[in-house]
Amino acid sequence: MTRHNRVGRHTAKLLMASAMTLAAWSGVARAEGELHLYNWSNYFAPELLERFEQETGTKVTVDNYASEDDLLAKLQAGGGGYDVIFPGATTLGVMVEKGLLAKIEVSQMENFKNLLPAFTTIAGDENREYSAPYMWGTTGFTYDPAMVPGGKLEESWKELFEPRDELKGKIAMLNEVSDVWNAAAYYTGIDKCTEDPAEAQQILDLLMAQKPDVRLYSNDGTIDRMVAGEVAAHMQWNGAAHRVKEKKPDAVYVYPKEGTSFWTDVIAVPKDAPNLEAAKTFVNWMMSPEIAAIASNYTGYSNAVSGSGEFLREDLKADPAVNTPEDYNDRLRAFKACSPASKDLREKVWTKLKS
Amino acid sequence: MTRAGKTTLFRVLLIGPALLAITAFMIVPLGLMAYISFRGRDYSGGVLWDQFSVEAYIRLFFERQLDDTLALNFNYMLIILRSVWLSFVTMVVSLLVGLPVAMFMATRDRKWKAVLVFMVTLPFWTNLLVRNYAWILLLRDHGTINSLLLWLGVISEPLPLLHNEFAVAVGLTYSFLPFMVLPIYSSLEKIDLRLVEASFDLYATRWQTIRRVILPLAFPGIVAGCVLVFVPALGAYITPELLGGGKTLMIGNLIGFQFGGARNWPFGAALGLFLLVLVLGSLSLYARRYRGELEGSR
Repeated sequence: MTRHNRVGRHTAKLLMASAMTLAAWSGVARAEGELHLYNWSNYFAPELLERFEQETGTKVTVDNYASEDDLLAKLQAGGGGYDVIFPGATTLGVMVEKGLLAKIEVSQMENFKNLLPAFTTIAGDENREYSAPYMWGTTGFTYDPAMVPGGKLEESWKELFEPRDELKGKIAMLNEVSDVWNAAAYYTGIDKCTEDPAEAQQILDLLMAQKPDVRLYSNDGTIDRMVAGEVAAHMQWNGAAHRVKEKKPDAVYVYPKEGTSFWTDVIAVPKDAPNLEAAKTFVNWMMSPEIAAIASNYTGYSNAVSGSGEFLREDLKADPAVNTPEDYNDRLRAFKACSPASKDLREKVWTKLKS
Repeated sequence: MTRAGKTTLFRVLLIGPALLAITAFMIVPLGLMAYISFRGRDYSGGVLWDQFSVEAYIRLFFERQLDDTLALNFNYMLIILRSVWLSFVTMVVSLLVGLPVAMFMATRDRKWKAVLVFMVTLPFWTNLLVRNYAWILLLRDHGTINSLLLWLGVISEPLPLLHNEFAVAVGLTYSFLPFMVLPIYSSLEKIDLRLVEASFDLYATRWQTIRRVILPLAFPGIVAGCVLVFVPALGAYITPELLGGGKTLMIGNLIGFQFGGARNWPFGAALGLFLLVLVLGSLSLYARRYRGELEGSR
């Protein structure tokens, strides 16, 4: 879901991707010795396509999808002839459950040992039988020191949910139910998969009290808004925070101490992939440090391969928003698949907040 | 083949493509939407096809309590009412602005008319999304309007123009104004100007001429314009999303949320259907009244 919105910020890009998806339908004939990737647009380094071909002799092509729902629908309809896909954690869970993925035993692969410990397992694919991590990122908030009293904010969600008077009306939230809900749950100390209406009410009360002080809820233009100084603090994805800092080097990205969600996109192989062996080679290859670094340098997001740091672009390496400092590791909270009852509560809270 | 048979075949062939298009692109999708609205909800997105359920419609008005009893729920109605209200405001403002513009256009000479019609349709050359972004640049704190007013010294603090219902109303009016101007213009253009002259000859004032001669003749255009503005404004998605700051939903955003974040396709389909019935219902009421008025004037 998070992936969806990161791309959603660029609706034009999304439209382009749909056009490309349409175009993909026409390419039915699949030659042997080829590897077909299916991914978000602008989410895979072209350099790696050539490199894989040079190293293995397998030609690689990429098609783009506009949303994970497209990806899921296409796989359910019978594959579409793709060998490697890049779903988010939510979609991964659904795919495993519906038996759409090939059991490629990632944990047995040679390069699996390179993974950061936190990524050797994931909700929905606990033993890493189906998927390897691709990119990951966090949802925290960014602030502009010049616009806050004393030039410093606490590393806490408090600054957003119960803003000090000087910040009232100068904060912006993401317009994303799961991100806002999770943050509010961390702040109130409630389990984010709660099924208790009383706890949901507590979260709603917090958000309703915050609402008058929120300038806007939006996933669009979060970077511009910070750069233009329209808001002092903005709930934000770390990739966007990095791009704010490119234009406003003083800006600070906060990993709130109560808990900071992180999302993961994975690399997986559809059950009926035409070129299964090459796909396995590819997944293993993607877990090598230099390759993962090239992927990150292109997307601007972190990878999960240790030792990739030395190959990273200097500006990414130097930015704590992207290159998460180790002492923040205990603040990171993984994705959890919540029950329908819990999702229902979350949706009710969101609708009440917006009605 | 007989001549009569040939004509029938010919007719069928002529109507065929239109019929096919309507069936394939309207009746089938709407039927599917209605069907989905009565199916079970798949929490990971999608529909449980083999499960019949009216839960989506119950949800429109009621909220399930913990002990499974139902309580009235006004959240969705509130959002729908807000959409109707904003669309109504949009329609009225468009009419107030559009009518004089259309009158002005219709009374120019032929060459000017062509230029003016071209200018009214010009915004359509640019994508709606881009035009709504342009309003963000105009309305925001450091935007054109606030900067100008600050510079003139009219205000000392930027006015809160963006991210509220005002901005949504401005955006909607701007987006749909051409749909008001064009039908009114086309009905005004057909007016026989000699009727206006006659009215002046009979010592009618300008105001009387407008009210008693021009407006009744332009009435069909006004009705068409109002419908063309009100209906799409009711389902607007982009404008409230961009200019409203996500603080208040309109029905279009509520439906979008059901297919995205909430993953409740049956409820989204039910909301879509509800909107459709709402629009069709009010239109047919309108049409009935309008027909009565036409007959009365005869």
